[in-house]
Amino acid sequence: MSAGARLELSGIQAGYGDFQALFGVGLHVEPGEAVGVVGPNGAGKTTLLRVISGLIRPTAGTLRFDGQDLAVLPAHELPGLGIAHVPENRRLFPHLTVEENLKVGAYTPSARPHFRQRRDYVYTLFPRLKQRRHQLAGTMSGGEQQMCAIGRALMSGPRILLLDEPSAGLAPLVVQQVFELVRRIRQEGLTVLIVEQNVAQVLRVVDRAYVLETGRVAAEGSSAALAEDPAIRRSYLGGH
Amino acid sequence: MTPRAFRTMKDMALPILVLALLACVPLLSPPDYLMHVLITVLLTALAGTGWALMGRYRLVSFGHGAFLGIGAYTMGLLWNYYGISPWIGVPLGVAAAVVAGLLLGYPCFQFRVVGHYFALVTLAAGEIVRILIIALRDVTGGSLGMTPHQASPGDAFAAMQFGKAGFWWIALVAWALGLLAWRLLDCSMASRALAAIAEDEDAAASIGIRVTRTKLMVTALSCALAALAGALTGQYRMYLNPESLAGLGISLQIVFGAIAGGMFSIIGPTIGALITIGLEESLRIAFGTQFTGAAALVYGILLVLFMIFLPRGIAGLLERPPRASTGRKAPAEGTVPVA
Amino acid sequence: MDPFLLEALLNGVLLGGVFALPVLGLNLIFGVVDVIWLCYAELVMVGMYAVWFLYTQAGWPLFLAFAICLPLVALLGILLHLLVVRPLLSAPPINQVLATGGVLFVLQGAATLVFSTEFRSLGVEMPPMELGEVFVSGTKLAAFVAALVGAAVLWAFLKFTYVGTAIRAIARDREVMPLMGVDPRRIYLIASAAGGALAGLAACLLVVQLDVHPFVGLSFGPITFMICVMGGLGNMLGGFLAAFLMGLIVSVGGFYGSTDLSYVVAFLFFILVMFFRPQGLFTR
Repeated sequence: MSAGARLELSGIQAGYGDFQALFGVGLHVEPGEAVGVVGPNGAGKTTLLRVISGLIRPTAGTLRFDGQDLAVLPAHELPGLGIAHVPENRRLFPHLTVEENLKVGAYTPSARPHFRQRRDYVYTLFPRLKQRRHQLAGTMSGGEQQMCAIGRALMSGPRILLLDEPSAGLAPLVVQQVFELVRRIRQEGLTVLIVEQNVAQVLRVVDRAYVLETGRVAAEGSSAALAEDPAIRRSYLGGH
Repeated sequence: MTPRAFRTMKDMALPILVLALLACVPLLSPPDYLMHVLITVLLTALAGTGWALMGRYRLVSFGHGAFLGIGAYTMGLLWNYYGISPWIGVPLGVAAAVVAGLLLGYPCFQFRVVGHYFALVTLAAGEIVRILIIALRDVTGGSLGMTPHQASPGDAFAAMQFGKAGFWWIALVAWALGLLAWRLLDCSMASRALAAIAEDEDAAASIGIRVTRTKLMVTALSCALAALAGALTGQYRMYLNPESLAGLGISLQIVFGAIAGGMFSIIGPTIGALITIGLEESLRIAFGTQFTGAAALVYGILLVLFMIFLPRGIAGLLERPPRASTGRKAPAEGTVPVA
Repeated sequence: MDPFLLEALLNGVLLGGVFALPVLGLNLIFGVVDVIWLCYAELVMVGMYAVWFLYTQAGWPLFLAFAICLPLVALLGILLHLLVVRPLLSAPPINQVLATGGVLFVLQGAATLVFSTEFRSLGVEMPPMELGEVFVSGTKLAAFVAALVGAAVLWAFLKFTYVGTAIRAIARDREVMPLMGVDPRRIYLIASAAGGALAGLAACLLVVQLDVHPFVGLSFGPITFMICVMGGLGNMLGGFLAAFLMGLIVSVGGFYGSTDLSYVVAFLFFILVMFFRPQGLFTR
């Protein structure tokens, strides 16, 4: 894995047309860290990731990765910088095979020479994908698709991995497997930012987390601290 | 179709005045050439108005030439082979076109063929008519065209073969009919139903609008006007041929004219006809037959420019912005409604 | 089997091959950029004039004229995209179609201005070849082979290269492409160039079989749209198969009736398909 770099957001405002979703959000992710962003539906979590990966332009605030201002760059240049985003609902290409999906992940010029090497690495992480490498991605189960989507993101050799609701629509057992995988990737030294609704699971994987509510950071802290916090427990952990 | 259209004397007065004035034009003895151009403008405007009746509600047809052709050839064939006067032949041609339009429209609307697909089906229909005319060349004269028999002077009236003045009045009446049809449609409940259908067909159906029936109604009207235009054009020119009365080429020209003028306005297609015919004639005057093709070139460039910069056409420039209070917004982004 | 019927079937297959190229090109553009180039047949017409001009007027060797034709029309495709399509990418689809319709007039008008409406012939003919009991035009056979080669090259490009795979991907999910470092605008340009190149290749095939004139596009344009839609807009394989189906309908129809009427049958067939399977005959 490549050496990590720091991701920093400050005062981010963003939305869709007249509808504003983020009101001055700030966060940071240190190299090698795993950070979570949790919160209810509609809090703006997905919007946040889309701002980072360039799909949406912030109307105000700063956005830096490795000291570089991301807001001035077109979205398709970000993977070249080391930012990989696994979108909500996977967004695989259903009519392409697993291997072809991985190939698209390696599209950037810097990633192409490493295609074989990274593909084989992805297959060691997800042996089931290797079995299905020539299968159409759309015919796989939800969990397998999630593995494939993560694998596709890894093909660009990212320095930071953005995961948008990796547990969405998956059975609990599969969710376990997905987070187990995230832990493994982390161990290899990859920086990770996870947006999740499944607070219990994600707090077990990340070092720190932010709580996003209606477009603002409502709380932040180490995962241990947040897991203990009575307000958090009440709202997100089925309280007791 | 309510008499609300004619509620106020004011509403009626202006159009009647304009028509009366226009009817007097031949009395000024204008040059034949000018009359020819103006008659052509009126008939082209009629075709465009007919097209736009459907086009403004997202029923974009690329095959309206078919109805021009059906109208024209029905009339022409009945006259040449059976001696049936065009006064009967034209209405029959219109009826034939309406039947054809309904036959095509019914399955389209029942099976929800819309957008791109509808445009291409109509394109195919236009081509079918063109090819049929060519294939049946023994009867229709094929690509070489067909000339209605010249009637002897005594029979000229019955044969609808007039001089410029006579045709001017016929064209004027036909054109006015087209505008009347537009106005009546606008003032009827059907136009609201059509607007609802154009916006969201499923929602419209769910509130009880009979989608297929409404669409068929406007299709019938549109085909009728186009057929009328086609038949009168054939009769006026005393010449029919498949390229100018069917097929993709003429269909696109109709579309272009209506859009350039502005297909959401009653007078838009007429403005469009003025533009396209005016363009063609000015080029002909300026360059003679030297630069055939220049007109098409300029049309084409204008069409591209209009699509990019003036999607609502010239009439769009003259429109008042839609009033917020009516609750019925103008089609989104001031553009041709999305297929 | 009646050797003439066999010949008709064979010619139908050859005709299908010729239809296949513009159909693939149209599908490529539609699948990637989501726009219908109404003027596609006119791009082919420009290519045909180019070959005719270079070969008969400028005295170039035929193969050189062919070779230049492809990049020339590819360039035209790029220009079409940059000048006409790109400004309208977010406009309603019908505006896009109408704008390319405008280009149709532009190209027809320009061709009339430059070359007049006279029919131009390349004057090249290969002798008919005998295959068993049937005679087949040598030119048609050569054209068919060239079309298949072109289709094969396209297939290989789409299947094995990064750009080709990205093109196949973008057709289904445009929004997510930048996340993998794909610049959609560049892909559109590449697809436009490829679409133009296919039109150029089609021009080479057609110019040896048809006389060129400014309105020659109207003779095969409409039917290629029909085929495209019948195969499923954007469905390359579907379009490819539909091209052969239509070629057979036209050829066999011409055998039993007249050529003109066989086109009427073909169009009627298309309309019927639209009623019962508008998504395309070969769509999953």
